[in-house]
Amino acid sequence: MVQITLDNLAHSYLPNPQGEDDFALKQLDHVWKDGEAYALLGASGCGKSTLLNIISGLLVPSRGRILFGDRDVTHQDTVARNIAQVFQFPVVYDTMTVGDNLAFPLRNRGMAPAAIAEQVQKIAAMIGMEDQLKRKARGLTADAKQKISLGRGMVREDVNAILFDEPLTVIDPHMKWELRTQLKALHNEFGHTMIYVTHDQTEALTFADKVVVMHDGRVVQLGTPEELFDTPEHTFVGYFIGSPGMNLIDAEVAGDTAQCGGHAIDLGGHYRTPKGRVQIGIRPEFVTLTAGDRGLPVTIKRIEDVGRHQILRAEFAGKPINAILPEGFAVPAGANRLHFAPDRINVYADDWRVAPLHAVANPVKEAV
Amino acid sequence: MVATTETFTATARRSAFPKVRARHVVMVAYLLFMLIPIYWLTKMSLQTNQEILGGFTLWPQNPTLDNYRVILTDPSWYMGYVNSITYVVMNTVLSLAVALPAAYAFSRYRFLGDKHLFFWLLTNRMAPPAVFALPFFQLYSSVGLFDTHIAVALAHTLFNVPLAVWILEGFMRGVPKEIDETAYIDGYSFPRFFIKIFMPLIASGIGVAAFFCFMFSWVELLLSRTLTAVNAQPIASIMTRTVSASGLDWGVLCAAGVLTIVPGALVIYFVRNYIAKGFALGRV
Amino acid sequence: MDKVQNNKAWFLVLPVLVLVAFSAVIPLMTVVNYSVQDTFGNNVFFWEGLGWFEQVLTDSRVHGALGRQLAFSGIILAIQIPLGIAIAVCMPKKGFWASVCLVLMALPLLIPWNVVGTIWQIMGRGDIGLVGYSLSALGIDWNYARDPLHAWITVIVMDVWHWTSLVALLAYAGLQSIPQAYYQAAKIDQASRWSVFRYIELPKMQGVLLIAILLRFMDSFMIYTEPFVVTGGGPGSATSFLSIDLVKMALGQFDLGPAAAFSLMYFLVILLVSWVFYTVMTNLDKAEGR
Repeated sequence: MVQITLDNLAHSYLPNPQGEDDFALKQLDHVWKDGEAYALLGASGCGKSTLLNIISGLLVPSRGRILFGDRDVTHQDTVARNIAQVFQFPVVYDTMTVGDNLAFPLRNRGMAPAAIAEQVQKIAAMIGMEDQLKRKARGLTADAKQKISLGRGMVREDVNAILFDEPLTVIDPHMKWELRTQLKALHNEFGHTMIYVTHDQTEALTFADKVVVMHDGRVVQLGTPEELFDTPEHTFVGYFIGSPGMNLIDAEVAGDTAQCGGHAIDLGGHYRTPKGRVQIGIRPEFVTLTAGDRGLPVTIKRIEDVGRHQILRAEFAGKPINAILPEGFAVPAGANRLHFAPDRINVYADDWRVAPLHAVANPVKEAV
Repeated sequence: MVATTETFTATARRSAFPKVRARHVVMVAYLLFMLIPIYWLTKMSLQTNQEILGGFTLWPQNPTLDNYRVILTDPSWYMGYVNSITYVVMNTVLSLAVALPAAYAFSRYRFLGDKHLFFWLLTNRMAPPAVFALPFFQLYSSVGLFDTHIAVALAHTLFNVPLAVWILEGFMRGVPKEIDETAYIDGYSFPRFFIKIFMPLIASGIGVAAFFCFMFSWVELLLSRTLTAVNAQPIASIMTRTVSASGLDWGVLCAAGVLTIVPGALVIYFVRNYIAKGFALGRV
Repeated sequence: MDKVQNNKAWFLVLPVLVLVAFSAVIPLMTVVNYSVQDTFGNNVFFWEGLGWFEQVLTDSRVHGALGRQLAFSGIILAIQIPLGIAIAVCMPKKGFWASVCLVLMALPLLIPWNVVGTIWQIMGRGDIGLVGYSLSALGIDWNYARDPLHAWITVIVMDVWHWTSLVALLAYAGLQSIPQAYYQAAKIDQASRWSVFRYIELPKMQGVLLIAILLRFMDSFMIYTEPFVVTGGGPGSATSFLSIDLVKMALGQFDLGPAAAFSLMYFLVILLVSWVFYTVMTNLDKAEGR
């Protein structure tokens, strides 16, 4: 078990990449701490699978180094790196029994039969397939096969890291939750470094200690689930995490006020006037609907009841804007104004978050 | 731990080299095995008979195109190619024309006796041509089709239609049924839908089926020889008669052989990107 | 895919039915007709019953041909299937060289069968053929027209040259359909090259190999033109296979009755063996799954 360092890494699938657009993976410096569980989150095509394959040694990066501890493994293959990987679709040796499938990586490494049998039993119990060890893998359902793949990924205890490439895509929803819990339990027990690639924010946020959000070949934020929710470093993070995502409104920011289409909105901090395209971002959770003449005037499109709460779909200056209303919230007559909690507003310049100089002394007083 | 992994990489690297080489050696040896006989045929086609029989050489000493000239100027030779190509094309068109609707029916509908019909069709592909040689001869003689191109084309459909139906059915199954339904809702009639929308979708399947029809009809000799005498005689059959009748004109025989390889080589060149999928009959 | 019950689909199959009925059923009826009758010429036929079948079944010449045929098909399958798989595994997976290999390998498949025979007839000759000459130069008295063993080797090498590529191309298509993740997983599991072949490639090729075995069995069992051109069935009747014997009987000697009875049984044997092959292979598949 080691710390994995990505040093000045970049990768292009083209032999002679010209501009930045040719790179599937742009400049990347990152340290995966030993024994942590990471989720690598991003939309499809953002480069997360490329990154995973570079870490596992299936791809050699065009530029940069990968260090396992102090050892440079950039040009070593997967075997030498001693890594386990679980793929998106089940990879199962059809003609072997379930038990042989699980034992295969251990046998190939010359482990003693008794130790293998013991380990296989343990993993089989974990994935809930103890009673099927003698059965051929062929003809099993897709999620049973994927459980075998997961088991094969975790059967070796001495691996440096376990990589998961969207492993729960083909699994039933209720089973997803159970397997994720077991993965976490396994992580707690053995302390493997785990990297879990997914495009599903729920999966990422529930599985990982730290979430790495990738966008367009770049890591845009590394943080705990709370950090991603409260202070998205990039508009993509704001938009990608949360349901619905963060509202973004073009604004002019000066001091502790933002001007949106002629309406002043109080901010929770003081800012220098940022350059470029400036937006303010507010999560729908911190938007309230009010009547009267204070707040941002909007056109209400509809209200969706999604069970635990309601989602208000509205429009401001032709752009959609959402708010989350509590369950059973009765819309006041004539309500058409939205109020934002000042200390929950983030300011973005050219999609990147701008940190406030200091917080406003008493935001409550100045609240609209 | 670090030490053991490193020794392992070292051995892996050492063994990687001979492995790569073994693959290449096998492949090169096999391709040579494929090509040497064809080279030998070509070599002899460029030699005169005297040179061929005069002594053993690995390449032609005085290359000559005389043998090809003989074939390309003598109608009794070159008409053989025309005849072969005529019935091969007729057969391919005929086989595809009847196989397309049938394959569509098998891929889209269940109907009375469908499975039995499908199996019965396939059994025809398994029939030895030798079994049919005599009855075909009598049948086509009695209806006055003996020694016509259409007789050979019809005879070959017996083997090609089942294969074409099978290949096309495989490709058609890959086309979602929603496409048919959408087209009908949009007011397409069946023939218009089939030609305008469906056939372009399975174009590669049609290509593969045509390739197989061409292939079988082009290489088959027993039936085409039995069913023809003069007017529709295929080139392959003309060759065999030359061997038995006019003694051993090796040079001309080889030149004729080389010329029979050319159409096949051209066809392969055009379908080279579909060969692998084609040979798996669209079922991989 | 869910299929719709629609008996009107028969109209779509009708052309095939008419065509195949014309070229299969009518001739087959003729064969059946001959197989139970006898003639003294002048188109006068009389009922013979199962006499011809008895005669063919007890004919030692037919027994010999059947034995040689089975041996030939067995040897052909035993060589071509493993060799074809090996070639497929060794082939480049993509790129320019893959296309080159595909085109060159497919070449023998599109050569008219009698030309294939001619090529090997020449190759094996001691005076003008590369193989024959080389062997003679090495001190082996090579003569496939005289020595039955030499004749067999020539015919088998010819068939291997002619048809192994078909098996290889099928196997190659099977290999191409294996997702890259399988190879990556095997690498991570530290599987040996043999394990990759045994546990990934071979199982995934099973479907296409079934097709390959069926096609190769059927075609080798019906082989006529190539050995006919090379050896004419000789020396003696050493390479006289079923089709060669049948054509001799039907078109050479015009023994219509026995030839017809022979034909029917020949056809039935092929159907039977193919059916057994197919059932055994698919059942094997199912048994493994359950």
